[in-house]
Amino acid sequence: MADAPPRRARRAIVVGIGNPDRGDDGAGRAVVQRLRGKLPAHIEAAEHDGEATSLLALLDGADAAFLIDACLSGAEPGTVRRFDVARSPLPKEDFQVSTHGLGLAEAIELARALKQLPSSCVVYAIEAASAEPGASLSPPVASAVDIVGEKVQAEITLAEGIRHA
Amino acid sequence: MTRRTIKVGYLSRVEGEGALKVVVRDGVVRSAELSIFEPPRFFEAFLRGRSFSEAPDITSRICGICPIAYQMSAVNAMEDALGVTVAGPLRDLRRLLYCGEWIESHALHIYMLHAPDFLGYAGAIDMAREHGDLVRRGLGLKKAGNEILSLVGGREIHPINVKVGGFYRVPQRRDLDPLAEQLKHARDSALETVRWVAGFDFPDRERDYIFVSLRHPSDYPLNEGRIVSSRGLDIAPAQYDEHFEETHVARSTALQARLKDGSSYLVGPLARYSLNFDRLSPLAQEAARAAGLDPVCRNPYRSIVVRAVEVLYACDEALRIIENYQAPDLPAIDVEPRAAIGFGATEAPRGLLYHRYRLEADGSIAEARIVPPTSQNQASIEEDLAGFVGGFLELSDEALRDRCEQTVRNYDPCISCATHFLRLEVDRG
Repeated sequence: MADAPPRRARRAIVVGIGNPDRGDDGAGRAVVQRLRGKLPAHIEAAEHDGEATSLLALLDGADAAFLIDACLSGAEPGTVRRFDVARSPLPKEDFQVSTHGLGLAEAIELARALKQLPSSCVVYAIEAASAEPGASLSPPVASAVDIVGEKVQAEITLAEGIRHA
Repeated sequence: MTRRTIKVGYLSRVEGEGALKVVVRDGVVRSAELSIFEPPRFFEAFLRGRSFSEAPDITSRICGICPIAYQMSAVNAMEDALGVTVAGPLRDLRRLLYCGEWIESHALHIYMLHAPDFLGYAGAIDMAREHGDLVRRGLGLKKAGNEILSLVGGREIHPINVKVGGFYRVPQRRDLDPLAEQLKHARDSALETVRWVAGFDFPDRERDYIFVSLRHPSDYPLNEGRIVSSRGLDIAPAQYDEHFEETHVARSTALQARLKDGSSYLVGPLARYSLNFDRLSPLAQEAARAAGLDPVCRNPYRSIVVRAVEVLYACDEALRIIENYQAPDLPAIDVEPRAAIGFGATEAPRGLLYHRYRLEADGSIAEARIVPPTSQNQASIEEDLAGFVGGFLELSDEALRDRCEQTVRNYDPCISCATHFLRLEVDRG
């Protein structure tokens, strides 16, 4: 009798989304840059421009994902929001920083429709002040980047603790 | 007369932003206006004073969907100015890279943006719920294009490996073997795609377009050729400005390109195909015929079939290039700056992309001009709407809006190159 296939290792990924040349739109990527070297070795850290279909490919096969993006919802710049997208969709109208038709909200729904959405999938959104070409992060967004970095790290530490307990 | 204006929100599934207004009076379409809110020509201004060598990387950032097209038109124009010709394996590699962009861009448009129009879905997500297998096939096809961009272009998004004179780094023959395997599967998927879209229901509408595209002595046009038209135009890219002009349209901050006699013209897959059917590979020609396409196609709704044929061709051509590839001794040829003017025209997935640069003696850019395909097609999109919508007026507002959107999407307008969000307004009076 053939042996049971070996259990696949759990795959977890942290993805910073945005355009680093468009001011606060680079916030998600800035979080990932700060987290590099601080995450457990088996957790991938990636930067991405947010194009839906390649983001979908990046998430394929992941069991857990943290996605960090800038958004424009009208809230105070630097406001941080957390969405459990494994439970419900993102409010699409808040995630239109990109001028491209298919963005993060669509990538998540496409993954859900194709049954490829990681079973644990969390989005951290940082409210942007501006997406000016060539600008650096605005001060409230730069502070929010540090906060989100700490939150993601804390969530990962907690999840790892539970797994190893 | 009572005016009833139906505002129908954003037109999704096109890249970028814009607005469309269709005015109907007494059952007749009075006007169809596509307003595009072009950001100031940021890049043309931004390029001034920069070195000729920076143009490929700077212009590739104009569009996330067709960075290679911008790089290729830029390097062609710079090499024209500096009097060098890139040939042999370097030329082939550029063609391979361009095939990757066509596969990626066309697969995205066919599967994620345009097919839902024909199958009655609001978008790709709804389509994916019922036809996950089809959407996965489209995503797989697109991924094969991404792989070419990663390998030859240096990375998938905003590739950085192209330089004036060649590349920074070139792959060895063995590096391309895994890619070839993937492309063989992609070619099969592309053939299935042609058969699939050929079975869609197409509105029976044709227009006598003036087709404009590149034409090359032996190849289906990608990154080189003369500019030809279906009315007998046959010019070098350097003569573009003698025959075409961009004018400001009052309602829009964008420029609209026309022939100098005022005629609109069409660039993109339909034009390329109709002017170059004889340059397609035998496999692509055969698939086109089997899909019911004649060597000239004037029905813009069938552009989805033509795009599928071009994806098949791009897979076939990429495989041919890989098969014959021998790595060059040097990744680039030397170029020396000089004061000169250079012209470049290549075939972006959406059509002809023209660049012109004037360089100072030290190689810095004194002047830059970029004419993207969507601004060349804008007049033609409006004429399609004005010409076709009249035949669809029996439709409900919602169905009419859908048909208008589908008509705009025939062009795969890369509105991020030229515009922002497209809102659609139908005023039936």
